Amino acid sequence: MNVLSGSQTAIEIIYLVASALFILSLRWMSSPATARRGVLAGEIGMVLAIAGTLLHHGIVDYKWIAIALVLGSGIGIPLGMVQMTAVPQRTALSHAFGAFCVTLVGTAEFYLRSPNVPPFMMAVLSMEIILGGLTFTGSLMAAGKLQEVLPQRPITYKGQNIVNLSFLAIAIGLAVYLVLHPEAKAVFPFIIGIPMIFGILMIIPIGGADMPTVISLLNSYAGLSAAAMGFVVDSKLLIIAGALDGSSGFILSVIMSKAMNRSFTNVIFGAFGQVQAAAAGTAEEKPVRSATPEEAAGILAAANKVVIVPGYGMAVAQAQHKVRELYDLLTKKGIDVRFAIHPVAGRMPGHMNVLLAEADVPYDRLIEMDDINGDFPQTDVALIIGANDVTNPAARTDQSSPIFGMPILDVDKAHTVMVIKRGMSPGFAGIDNPLYYMDRTLMLFGDAKGFVSNIVRELSGGHS
Amino acid sequence: MSLTLIDALFIFMLAGFIGFEVIKRVSPLLHTPLMSLTNALDAIAVVGAIILTGEHKSRLSTILGTLAIVAATSNIVGGFIITDRMLRMFKSSRPTKP
Repeated sequence: MNVLSGSQTAIEIIYLVASALFILSLRWMSSPATARRGVLAGEIGMVLAIAGTLLHHGIVDYKWIAIALVLGSGIGIPLGMVQMTAVPQRTALSHAFGAFCVTLVGTAEFYLRSPNVPPFMMAVLSMEIILGGLTFTGSLMAAGKLQEVLPQRPITYKGQNIVNLSFLAIAIGLAVYLVLHPEAKAVFPFIIGIPMIFGILMIIPIGGADMPTVISLLNSYAGLSAAAMGFVVDSKLLIIAGALDGSSGFILSVIMSKAMNRSFTNVIFGAFGQVQAAAAGTAEEKPVRSATPEEAAGILAAANKVVIVPGYGMAVAQAQHKVRELYDLLTKKGIDVRFAIHPVAGRMPGHMNVLLAEADVPYDRLIEMDDINGDFPQTDVALIIGANDVTNPAARTDQSSPIFGMPILDVDKAHTVMVIKRGMSPGFAGIDNPLYYMDRTLMLFGDAKGFVSNIVRELSGGHS
Repeated sequence: MSLTLIDALFIFMLAGFIGFEVIKRVSPLLHTPLMSLTNALDAIAVVGAIILTGEHKSRLSTILGTLAIVAATSNIVGGFIITDRMLRMFKSSRPTKP
């Protein structure tokens, strides 16, 4: 062990405490009861770490640091105050910012050190830059798709995977070259630019339904690139934080891709886009039963057990507050109302929980897929609001279906199924849903918010 | 360097396993706030950016460092604010609201 000076030792101890606080912060996220304490622990750790860093003996000029801290806070406050429906795109944007920071620092470190960069250091630095660059542009693309400034439909073309992979291969080739020739400053701009192009190309074939997995993967990359930066700038705290973030994103990616019965490579290389083109033409006219808000209200009022299945459509229509009113009215009548949450419902992990919590639905009424699926046969009414593929029974029965094998909510086993939907157009994945043609299914055609409002008005006695 | 390669790899390996064990226990209810919280914590990269900017070794490193601090700080501030806003909304059904 090296001998440290007094102030260096003090800084290292501060970092040690901050690391412990970061781990505790995540530990306390295990339950809603302790989660806010977790945020506080994270905040204290962060303030300690920044304060400790400002004591660093190498710092000669505080002017730009101060300006940047103020400016960053000024940008961060509005980003922290966005509407809950905008949380997925805000999250994607913050992955981009994190990766941007890492890429900038990596670039500066290279130009300061070249040509004296040992091979291992150059390898880690390349990894930092490659992961940072592709996460930066990839996250910006994802945010653009989620904000609908970019087309949400997956865009695919022949040879897409080969083109994408060759960009990645070139970037790795350049990294190897730089490890052998760390003095080649002229090569460096390419190892920044090419992963950035790869990041854009990677997201082009991604559709909205894949977003929960993709956001989690980008989260993991952002964490790993930060950990790589920790190796480069010699910061144990950053290695720890990056490893925590990386494993968090990784676990979420695994949960999301399991919930879609797909592998990472399958998500990233856009097989869904191709399937969709094949399935789109086969839609045919089949009879469905529809119902009015009055009829729907009557059926709900006569039920004992109701399960509401929310999906992205509820978020788009901003219907969560009306859904809460419906929940309140039914609960007052003594009806047991619960919500069934599919892991990939919405556009990011946990999206539906946040929206319903915002509307004041108690969290103990939000039930995960595995815990509620056994209860559908005893459920009188399953009311589906803006969800489609996660309720498609073809995933269980039809081997030729592109979503065959994906775990779904077994709503088709409920006594009555009601589906609020704008029209008969297929869902995001472009796959027809046999649920809609069942005898006990009633289609409630209309806008999610409008239709739920009408049901609420009927239930509360014709006026609200 | 005060940290050898092997030391750093040990730290990374241990933190990765701790992360795995801790995150596994996070309730799926809180996956969205988890992601915004880890995002804020990850922005601890600001410490590297602060040192880079403050050491003032070249004009390029100061400019890039300053931009990096701006990006990381906005993640820290925004990430903690929105995580706390989300968590405040999660209520159990026992204390019902009027």
